[in-house]
Amino acid sequence: MPEPKIRVIIAKPGLDGHDRGAKIVARALRDAGMEVIYTGLRQSPDMIVEAAVQEDADAIGLSILSNAHMTIFPKIAERLKAEGRDDILLFAGGIIPDDDVPALKALGFRAVFGPGTNTQDIIKFLREEVKARQQVGE
Amino acid sequence: MLVQRLLQGDRRAVARLISLVEDGDSRAYRYLTELYPHTGRAHIIGVTGAPGTGKSSLVSALAKVERRRGRTVGIISVDPTSPFTGGALLGDRIRMQDLTADRGVFIRSMASRGRVGGLAAATTDAVRVLDAFGKDKIFVETVGAGQAEVDIAKTAHTTIVVEAPGLGDEIQAFKAGVLEIADVFVVNKADRDGADKTVNALRAMLDLGTPIRARDGQAGDWRPPILKTIAIEEKGVEPLADELERHLAYLKSGDHLAARERERVADELETLLARELLADCLHRLGSDRIAQIVEQIANRALDPHSAAQLLARSADGIPVEGSAPTPAEARH
Ligand SMILES: Nc1nc2c(ncn2[C@@H]2O[C@H](COP(=O)(O)OP(=O)(O)O)[C@@H](O)[C@H]2O)c(=O)[nH]1
Ligand SMILES: [Mg+2]
Repeated sequence: MPEPKIRVIIAKPGLDGHDRGAKIVARALRDAGMEVIYTGLRQSPDMIVEAAVQEDADAIGLSILSNAHMTIFPKIAERLKAEGRDDILLFAGGIIPDDDVPALKALGFRAVFGPGTNTQDIIKFLREEVKARQQVGE
Repeated sequence: MLVQRLLQGDRRAVARLISLVEDGDSRAYRYLTELYPHTGRAHIIGVTGAPGTGKSSLVSALAKVERRRGRTVGIISVDPTSPFTGGALLGDRIRMQDLTADRGVFIRSMASRGRVGGLAAATTDAVRVLDAFGKDKIFVETVGAGQAEVDIAKTAHTTIVVEAPGLGDEIQAFKAGVLEIADVFVVNKADRDGADKTVNALRAMLDLGTPIRARDGQAGDWRPPILKTIAIEEKGVEPLADELERHLAYLKSGDHLAARERERVADELETLLARELLADCLHRLGSDRIAQIVEQIANRALDPHSAAQLLARSADGIPVEGSAPTPAEARH
């Protein structure tokens, strides 16, 4: 039996219309052998969580540039909990001030990747974290 | 447990079971056995065509029409896996954003993975999961190229082949078996120049009397209609949904539906049986014995056809008196 594939949602919440960074990450994860579900721009927390539930995602990566993360990210964490899927690995990227990182970690975000992050670091992070979770889940 | 939760409407259970099916997890088959009596109710609609013709947009628009008509909807969108990395970028949900807030719709993106010949099986099982979950209309979107798509189309009751104007040499696109699998043709992007030309080209092909619907054993009494749509403006989509109903009614009249189901099940059984027998045979013989035989074939001491017959028919691949052909016999 082959190893289960890592399935990752890459989503862009908020109102800004720039998804260059999100697409770069999506392609890098695909090239690393993952199945990446790209959901597009201007996603509401409900849309992102519903996609993650239906796609049985292992992880959700959120990219945000509009500085709305402190209002949107808590809603996503809340909705995941309400759906009983707060086991899904959360990570974020984009422009997020260092000062906000502790609060995001408290919400359950395992990693925050700033601009200029090497995509290899994201790949390594996902492989390790998802593997650990899959073992716990068995 | 998982099956109970699924039957009670738990979306997480549906999602999980589809993953188990995709991963080829042995638990999946146990669960599918339990689910099987709950399947067979949905209308399964295949949507195939070249990349970019608007399949995802069309499925999204059709799903909205079906929801307005009071039906629940399941969607499976299959995209290719990169043969080099094993990864996939699945972007069909981008065109289906309006549906995400509606709990009456369940959308699943599927990568084709490396399953040569097995893609159709995984898709068929995923469709069954949504069928047992109670979805009335299940759309299966696949990129139309090659045998896998033709196989997946067999899973469907009604297959829509989507074309769009200006995709280069249209006639080329009609070649790869699509004429035989189409129940309904759609020329999408009818807002673009050349839509009528594409319709005419299709009509001409149909008039040539290509063996349409040969699989029903009575080609001729269903002529695939050709419809124009503008998926992104949701134009022409109501009439398309009407045609899907009309085709379902046609299938239900007479023996068409049952005949198609029998053919599909026979196909599936054959595929699964081949898989079981192969696995069983490989297990029984063991890799050492196989390696020995490979060596003999490579050395021209045995030919491959005789070797396969020997291996399939005896416990250890060593000819038993009277029960297996000698290499010389097998060659004739
Ligand atoms: N002009 C026009 N564009 C369309 C129409 N339907 C889809 N599109 C666009 O065609 C592109 C591909 O659509 P998509 O649904 O992803 O096609 P698929 O690859 O066949 O699933 C997208 O940019 C759509 O917005 C249409 O009816 N008219
Ligand atoms: Mg598509």
